[in-house]
Amino acid sequence: MKSLNGCLALLRKELTVYFATPIFYITGFFFLVLAGYFFYTNVLYYSIISLQAAQQASNPQVAAQLNPTQMVYRPLFAVLAIVLLFLVPLLTMRLLAEEKRSGTAELLFTYPITDWAVILGKFLSALLVYLIFLAFTASYSLALTFVTRLDWGAIGTGYLGLVLLGAAALALGLFASSLTENQIVAGVVGFALLLLFWIIGWVQELGAGGLGKAFQYLSLLDHYDNFTKGVIDTRDLVYCLSFIFFFLFLTKRQLESRRWRA
Amino acid sequence: MEIMIETQDLTKYYGPNLAIDRLSFQVAAGEIVGFLGPNGAGKTTTLKILAGYLSPTSGTARINGFDAVDKSLQVRASLGYLPENVPIYPDLTVTQFLEFAARAKGVEAKQERSEIQRVEEACGLEEVRQTLAGALSKGFRQRLGLAQALLKAPPLLILDEPTIGLDPSQIVEIRTLIKNLEGSHTVMLSSHILPEVSQLCHRVIIINKGQIVASDTPENLSRQLGHGSRVRLAVRGPEDKVAAALQAVAGVTRVAPLSEGRFLVESDGELELRPQLARAVVDQGWELLELKGQEFSLEDVFLNLVTEEES
Repeated sequence: MKSLNGCLALLRKELTVYFATPIFYITGFFFLVLAGYFFYTNVLYYSIISLQAAQQASNPQVAAQLNPTQMVYRPLFAVLAIVLLFLVPLLTMRLLAEEKRSGTAELLFTYPITDWAVILGKFLSALLVYLIFLAFTASYSLALTFVTRLDWGAIGTGYLGLVLLGAAALALGLFASSLTENQIVAGVVGFALLLLFWIIGWVQELGAGGLGKAFQYLSLLDHYDNFTKGVIDTRDLVYCLSFIFFFLFLTKRQLESRRWRA
Repeated sequence: MEIMIETQDLTKYYGPNLAIDRLSFQVAAGEIVGFLGPNGAGKTTTLKILAGYLSPTSGTARINGFDAVDKSLQVRASLGYLPENVPIYPDLTVTQFLEFAARAKGVEAKQERSEIQRVEEACGLEEVRQTLAGALSKGFRQRLGLAQALLKAPPLLILDEPTIGLDPSQIVEIRTLIKNLEGSHTVMLSSHILPEVSQLCHRVIIINKGQIVASDTPENLSRQLGHGSRVRLAVRGPEDKVAAALQAVAGVTRVAPLSEGRFLVESDGELELRPQLARAVVDQGWELLELKGQEFSLEDVFLNLVTEEES
């Protein structure tokens, strides 16, 4: 109960800071501009292809591909994941680094709240901000329902993937922020680590055998891909949740070490 | 007598550097204790350990009966801490800052508003409630730091250099504020401003190079460590003859002529010199204008201790 209060106190404070500083508005603005642009071009492309297919007697294989899930949402989710790669370090780099730089860590860690409450409060605040961004993109789908029928199950699964991927990236970003007191360094480290977990699966394509398979399993992108297809696989869920827990745990360890070092 | 702080052989290394070296001291509940030392003596390190921010390399600290390492949360729940340089969240307003601090300290939701109001009034923050903490002047910033420490009225307050960087009138205000806490709180404050410590504190702990060199009331320290007493005189008469006559009084170790017939006479031990000095002057037919005993100030004591350490 007590640590819940501490966690909520942190959550509220972090949200207040997000809303009071430009980083939230800038990242939100560009995220939505990019998402909107990709959505628009995808829909445009889809409508052109559909029109052509209607005019010509098309073959059934092409027709099977002609649905909004395949033509609009899969490419959209794929590209949003890339945008995420750049966006997340911007959201997380301040969280712990700035506390250390400005010395407020000394206040924070002398209040009677546990390290976990601090970490979860900060993590959830970033997640909430990210969910706000995603919520805005829901308006695209609402607009599209006026002109076509949508497979809500598949779209929902895609969003679930996007939420889990985002949460995993935020946990990693939070860890990066705990390593340093420089926001820029935290951002760069977060971005580099994310990129690493992104492309680590590529090794498999080079034919690295068993090790390649292991690397592929570690790849964020590979697990995310299933969600965009509309498939919920327990392995992907377990992977994402353990990824989140692992980096929050590392953050906790990193915070503990401060007591022993200077 | 209830013990609020008790440390036993508290030691902290930063890498190979020894910051504090086997500090053992006690602070009773209700005491205002000044922690005095030159820069780099280990004051801040000690306070950080007491506040539960750092762990000692060895030794133990108990606060309010709880071990600072094992029972960190209970320790932190029983203290208010004002770190050096008063860190703040620049993007929060004063009230938002205090709301966060109140929640983090576990102030009940129902009492939150009244508790914040109480500390805002105690620290004179009413006029800046809606100001961003980052835009506050140094004086207000200090008060905000103090206000957050006072939230939930913790039994122990740890204040690291509470008046550093303030202008004289602000210093007086903060001191009054601290003075008002007497009785209801135990206060441990560090400072290198000596008059401040002698005014505010019941007891002074002087540390140098990580070790305690003295611990007593300001008055006792001045008396014991001043090595004797001093008397100031103003005499109308031939200066060199007066000086010689004063020097001749038994027990006088040094006569320093100041300006315009003023002299500073020093003696060893507790000997009361004033009657003899007065007689020596009057017997010669000179006029005694002024005669005043002078105590060694804490400043002298401090310099004495710290330089003795070094030599």
